[in-house]
Amino acid sequence: MSEARARHSDVLVIGGGIHGLSTALHLARRGVEVTVLEADYCGRHASGVNAGGVRTLGRHDAEIPLALSSRELWHDLTEMLGDDGGFVPSGQLKLVETAAELDECRQRVDHLQRLGFTHEVLIDAQQVFEIIPTVARHVVGGIWVKDDGYAIPYKTVTSFRLAAEKNGVKVHETTPAQRIEQRGSEWQVTTPAGVFSAGHLVITAGAWARELAEQVGESVPAHPEGLMLMVTHRVAPFCAPVLGATGRSLSFKQFANGTVVIGGKLIGSVDFPARHGEVDLARLGISARTVTDLFPHLKHLGVNRVWAGVEAFTADDLPVIGASRKASNLSYSFGFCGSGFQMGPGTGKRLAQQILGEHSDISLEAFDIGRFDTARCDEAPSPGSHIPINVPSVAR
Amino acid sequence: MNDHFGGVVEAVDVVVVGAGAAGMAGAVALAGLGLQVVLLDEQGSPGGQIYRGITLAPLSRRDLLGAEYAHGNVLAQALASSSVRYEKGAAVWQVTRDHQVSYLRDGRLRTLQAKAVLLATGAMERPFPIPGWTLPGVMSAGAAQILLKSAGLAPTEPVVLAGCGPLLYLLGWQYLRAGVPIKALVDTTRPEDYWRARRHLFAALRAWPYLRKGLELMRSLRSARIPHHTGAEQLAIEGEEAATALTFTVAGKAHRIAARCVLLHQGVVPNIQFSQSLRARHVWDVDQLCFSPVVDPWGELDVPGMFVAGDGAGIGGAQAAALQGELAALGIAQRLGRVNAGQRDERAGPLREQLALNLRIRPFLDALYQPKEANRIPADEVIVCRCEEVTAGDLRKFVALGCAGPNQAKSFGRCGMGPCQGRMCGLTVTEVIAKARGVSAAEVGYYRIRPPIKPITLGELAGE
Repeated sequence: MSEARARHSDVLVIGGGIHGLSTALHLARRGVEVTVLEADYCGRHASGVNAGGVRTLGRHDAEIPLALSSRELWHDLTEMLGDDGGFVPSGQLKLVETAAELDECRQRVDHLQRLGFTHEVLIDAQQVFEIIPTVARHVVGGIWVKDDGYAIPYKTVTSFRLAAEKNGVKVHETTPAQRIEQRGSEWQVTTPAGVFSAGHLVITAGAWARELAEQVGESVPAHPEGLMLMVTHRVAPFCAPVLGATGRSLSFKQFANGTVVIGGKLIGSVDFPARHGEVDLARLGISARTVTDLFPHLKHLGVNRVWAGVEAFTADDLPVIGASRKASNLSYSFGFCGSGFQMGPGTGKRLAQQILGEHSDISLEAFDIGRFDTARCDEAPSPGSHIPINVPSVAR
Repeated sequence: MNDHFGGVVEAVDVVVVGAGAAGMAGAVALAGLGLQVVLLDEQGSPGGQIYRGITLAPLSRRDLLGAEYAHGNVLAQALASSSVRYEKGAAVWQVTRDHQVSYLRDGRLRTLQAKAVLLATGAMERPFPIPGWTLPGVMSAGAAQILLKSAGLAPTEPVVLAGCGPLLYLLGWQYLRAGVPIKALVDTTRPEDYWRARRHLFAALRAWPYLRKGLELMRSLRSARIPHHTGAEQLAIEGEEAATALTFTVAGKAHRIAARCVLLHQGVVPNIQFSQSLRARHVWDVDQLCFSPVVDPWGELDVPGMFVAGDGAGIGGAQAAALQGELAALGIAQRLGRVNAGQRDERAGPLREQLALNLRIRPFLDALYQPKEANRIPADEVIVCRCEEVTAGDLRKFVALGCAGPNQAKSFGRCGMGPCQGRMCGLTVTEVIAKARGVSAAEVGYYRIRPPIKPITLGELAGE
């Protein structure tokens, strides 16, 4: 086989995160020849170093159908990948600390039920204390989603990679895409390791996707952020589900080994050229305060490690999923604004269906890249009335 | 100026981290150059590791530990009579690229904004991963020596010293003087190591005081009739709940020495936690088999205004470290406009001569006491990461699944993610992966180091 042929495939995916690998896997399972190009190593950034929350709770209305379809795949991950990716269906609970917050949450649950979604359930303080006996007593209730949970992000990404490779997907790590170009019916991608080509190109490059879209004249108002997390030393089990708060920024879970991961869209800073998310421990102090307010007994727990991953945030907090509006045979899936991990399995499946021209009941309209086109801005989806579980309390 | 916690950030000229030989000498020199200096150190008294507890040690203990140790008092006295603001019990948990130094003292977080930072955080002991090295009763020789220096504590039952390197022999000598029974010295140095080191002998002879001291240590151990096994291979600690014996072979012949206290040592390596967390450039040192930060002749990293002096920039010993501290002080003073380049270079001249003299012994020592591959890259069943109990075999399995370096090893199996944050296993992980992949350690790289460099609790972080 000539070298040019070896570098040609049906579909070329740029970005070896959960979205790229999931899309590649779903395509490969339908007999499509796929190559994945990854700039660093698979799962290096947002996909591999996130908090691992598998959360449908608190999502934007437009995301809910896709998130719920993804959740089904999470519960069947072993069947799909031969490995559970560390998924634990622990449930997710959003804590409510004041009467005003309780009102807000009641309205949200009512709103969802009017749309036909029943996965979020309002529970009272007593029910919260039954689920987490150690939580501070000022908590007045919560929203509970029992089929949500958490996974171990890098393990999940690796399971997707290994399953994709088993299905014939070729993964090239440390192979950054520098230039993309459509020549006739073929996409050519220039990398330091040479030019790769394919009939169809998929861009799932997270924070680095905007720059690639720019190359085909498609402008997306997105910017990179370094999202921070911290993990503590081990402590005796006290909390089974994943926790969030309503009035402040928190995402919190205790893993089986006893360590507690604390996050919640905490924005650090980012050294984009160095592909490095920088931690700002002072800002993490705010998070630490939330945790010690809710669990005073954790005050003396040591912080073991903090880190940051680089992720793309869009202007309207919704991802870009679907076909390009400027070029043919080009698809995108990026800009998940720190909420994309749970969406990975389902979005990859849905995008593969779209690429293969198959029908699905799940609409991708709200995620259309064309919504940012100023000429079409009247069609831009409204932000809706959602209450995000993790409201960044830090000004961007 | 306020920090993000709402606390006041104090502006100072220079912060020095670490009050060992390099830090004390550097801080005193900086103050002498008219700069406002804060010296932060985690311990309760100055001295670092080599001169640990020097200002507190009773005369009898100083005498027992030897003249080199006592020399630390000269530096400590210079520090005491200088204008340096020395803060003891200060655990520095973060240093940023823009010269902010955050530390914890008396349970409170404080932040200093400096114009330049001198990192003098010294060395750490190289891990010695052999079967059974994590059993109770096994300790590093360096840790045992710290107990002796800081608390006058020594084992009450017979010990076995195993490995190689000056510190091991020095501890043996100090134990002899303290009356600690030594059952055996099990030396991994082989005759061919002397052969390999011989080409550096001439240079080493010009650093005669070092060599003489080494010979004296060995002679005193010999004359005390301590059994000395050289060329020991296949070292392993026996024991179920705790160490019961050290086993090894010499020229194929099996040996077993019953002991409930085994002290291991095979050299020290730069402590690069801060320079790594600053994302400074590091290189793999093929002679010392470790990563060292890349510094200019004044110790400045490729991060402007961040300087390293002493063993943290490459192992040279306490006297070299003090000289490097003074050189870094000159570099910083020039950067901050206290002296011009001509004055700096003129004052540096004699220091550089002394430094060169002090470093002449290094190639000889590095060649003679280069730790053996079998004691650095262990067999499958040996634990590499003791915090998370990850074995060398686990690492090799990760490599087979596509793990290319230490950072992925963390993600694959929590290796290096425990309380020590990879300090104990970092080099082993790099070398195990490099060997398994058939590439160089330089290519495999090291852990990304993140703050907090020193432990901090949620309550402290929350400012409570």
